[in-house]
Amino acid sequence: MAEESENKVKPPSRQYPDPAKKLEQEVKTTGHTWDGIEEYDNPMPRWWVWIFIITIVWSFGYWIAYPAWPGIQSATSGLLGYSSRANVAAEIADFEDRNEVFFAQLVDTDLDEIREDDELHRFAINAGGSVFRAQCSQCHGAGGAGVQAAGYPNLLNDDWLWGGTMEDIHQTIRYGIRNEDFMDARWSEMPAFGRDGLLDDEEIDQVVNYVLSLSASDHDAELASAGQELYEINCASCHMDDGSGDYFIGAPALNNQIWLYGGSPEAIRHTIYYSRFGVMPGFAERLRDAEIRAVAAYVHQLGGGQ
Amino acid sequence: MWDYIKLAVLGLVVVVAAVAASMARDLAYLVHMLVIILAAVITFIWVIRRIGEPAPVANANEYMDGPIRYGVIATAFWGVVGFLVGVVIAAQLTWPQLNFEWVQGYLNFGRLRPLHTSAVIFAFGGNALIASAFYVVQRTSAARLFGGGLAWFVFWGYQLFIVMAATGYVLGSTQGNEYAEPEWLTDLWLTIVWVAFLLVFMGTIIKRREPHIYVANWFYMAFIITVAMLHLVNNLAIPVSVFGSKSVPVWSGVQSAMIQWWYGHNAVGFFLTAGFLGMMYYFIPKQAERPVYSYKLSIMHFWALIFLYIWAGPHHLHYTALPDWAQTLGMTFSIMLWMPSWGGMINGLMTLSGAWDKLRTDPIIRMMVVSVGFYGMATFEGPMMSIKAVNSLSHYTDWTVGHVHSGALGWNGMITFGMLYYLVPKLWQRQGLYSLSLVSWHFWLATIGIVLYAASMWVTGIMEGLMWREVDAQGFLVNSFADTVAAKFPMYVVRTLGGVLFLTGAVIMCYNLWKTVTSSPRRDAAPAAAAVPAE
Repeated sequence: MAEESENKVKPPSRQYPDPAKKLEQEVKTTGHTWDGIEEYDNPMPRWWVWIFIITIVWSFGYWIAYPAWPGIQSATSGLLGYSSRANVAAEIADFEDRNEVFFAQLVDTDLDEIREDDELHRFAINAGGSVFRAQCSQCHGAGGAGVQAAGYPNLLNDDWLWGGTMEDIHQTIRYGIRNEDFMDARWSEMPAFGRDGLLDDEEIDQVVNYVLSLSASDHDAELASAGQELYEINCASCHMDDGSGDYFIGAPALNNQIWLYGGSPEAIRHTIYYSRFGVMPGFAERLRDAEIRAVAAYVHQLGGGQ
Repeated sequence: MWDYIKLAVLGLVVVVAAVAASMARDLAYLVHMLVIILAAVITFIWVIRRIGEPAPVANANEYMDGPIRYGVIATAFWGVVGFLVGVVIAAQLTWPQLNFEWVQGYLNFGRLRPLHTSAVIFAFGGNALIASAFYVVQRTSAARLFGGGLAWFVFWGYQLFIVMAATGYVLGSTQGNEYAEPEWLTDLWLTIVWVAFLLVFMGTIIKRREPHIYVANWFYMAFIITVAMLHLVNNLAIPVSVFGSKSVPVWSGVQSAMIQWWYGHNAVGFFLTAGFLGMMYYFIPKQAERPVYSYKLSIMHFWALIFLYIWAGPHHLHYTALPDWAQTLGMTFSIMLWMPSWGGMINGLMTLSGAWDKLRTDPIIRMMVVSVGFYGMATFEGPMMSIKAVNSLSHYTDWTVGHVHSGALGWNGMITFGMLYYLVPKLWQRQGLYSLSLVSWHFWLATIGIVLYAASMWVTGIMEGLMWREVDAQGFLVNSFADTVAAKFPMYVVRTLGGVLFLTGAVIMCYNLWKTVTSSPRRDAAPAAAAVPAE
């Protein structure tokens, strides 16, 4: 059977040593054989040996020059006195030195006057842009366009939730919105009209259509007119009769096509039913004053600063 | 009698696992218990049906090839699964919409990524290593596998480990340590299986009838023993509850990081390098029908490799909280590791001297040569990337991902494919492969796939490295992270395409191997005997 013969344990391939076999070879083999595999007794390639030795010698040199071998209390520190922490500290200090004057100036200058000093303003935009890319872009997008209809506001237009003056923007960045970390965080909360039973489904439908009519979006005129009174009773105190919103309590304008959570009837319905509660962290403890002021200047000039 | 003890133990396992399942504190643990019950019940039925049958007599004059045949099938199967998941996550990175809302928490990138890495390294690579180790150690020791049915336990136990690890990942059971994600229960099971593997292998070596131990077996031994050590130390953890999958690691802080990368780097060093070098040292000389180039080189590079590799882990933690001295050692040992790694490449390539013409006619040899070539490239790139100045650019970028894949797809993948093409006709007594031209197709698809993968990752890696570190004269960051992600898109498409090509090649291989087993003519008795090199 073929099966058996393939599967048979073979006897040891050869008696050792086998001088007759060795002599036949041009290069000698070691005389060992395993399952028909032999091994030449070639020397190690010289270049291989030399490069190996060079890398070892180089390593010894490197150990002398740099921190390398640990002892009980500390490690050898190396002749060059290298320390990666010290290097980072030096690099940071270098940039600090270069920017020190501007940072001091930023803190000393009144927020509204930063724009008037050309050089300072350019610096603020540059520094603020850098901070923005690292700290803000995760939500507001690398270009500041936000994530439309997902609750991350667009910062490029002049439709502000909490005000668009330097002071307003600075305040928002410093303390954030609806967070528990700062007493000064901006705060307001829209009632959940559906969930808490303030309006029934039919009434909510009417309000949705009235809200849509404020921005001249597609809507059902009959429902909208029925919703007007409901709007005036329940919504207008914050969003205003004409839907222009109120910066002081972060009530968005409803009379334009800019939507924080989407302008579809479904999205508006969801907002009225469940309310929304967008949160932004405050940066007062994450960034220094100069950086917060710089980000404010950067955001202010993106498009809609007031 | 022995059968009844087995039945009692299996019954006990079912009862204990059922109780544990009823107490389960999380879904992954519950599923693991159900998997264990299922495995125990199947084994129970299998045992009970054979009670009273005369025990099969293991012929000591025959190699034990059953577990190897199963291992070959498992290798091909898990390979395709692993590559497929790889293609899926490459596509998810390119088009994030593919992280579908309806499978959030199960099949999103975060869950699939460890599934991919473990499937290719441990399921595909692990099965290839176990199967080839069993094959090689028998042939080069002129002895049947030690331990009787223990080899079967190793095979099936390892598959159970794979299923437990995979289901755990998808259900969110993870230690969060790269390449060591499985939680304590799965780790314990793997430990048992691994000890059995070690016993089978060492037992066979001990009862060998050849006077010397072949070099391939040194590498296999180093692989099995070191992986056992790494696995035990890095996974030391205390379960929060015996009825839950979560555990708290013993290590913390920078020690934890260091031990994790001591483990992680040596998983590369001993699983993907030493183990596969063992494979290379058998299958290349066999396929080329040439003696190994240099015995001296194999001794030198073996000892140098296993001595130096174990130190190189800290290069994964350059410029972190790890002390400078440890970073220095990691880097210098990585540099010294360059030549010992290349020793294997030289021995593999030079074994072909005198048989280079086979490259034209034998696509399997071509596969093995390209594999060794990628091994050489990756083991040059590795020490280079361990240099701190290079690492400050390459670290955390896609360059690392590309480096790993040129090693994994090129070296581990290609040598395993070569091994499978060699083994299947041998194990199923076929005259040859069903189609050599399909092997050629596989070869070219895989090679082009790897080149697309590695090249695109070099480009994105270096690009994002440069973008991350770009600051203006005032020291301000120029790019946001999202800018670098957006810039990588075209290269991510190329990477995905490379993966698709590689996967296609593997599917072609499976078809070819299947046809070889089912429709290639059987080997005659006479040529089989003659295939043994005459004295």
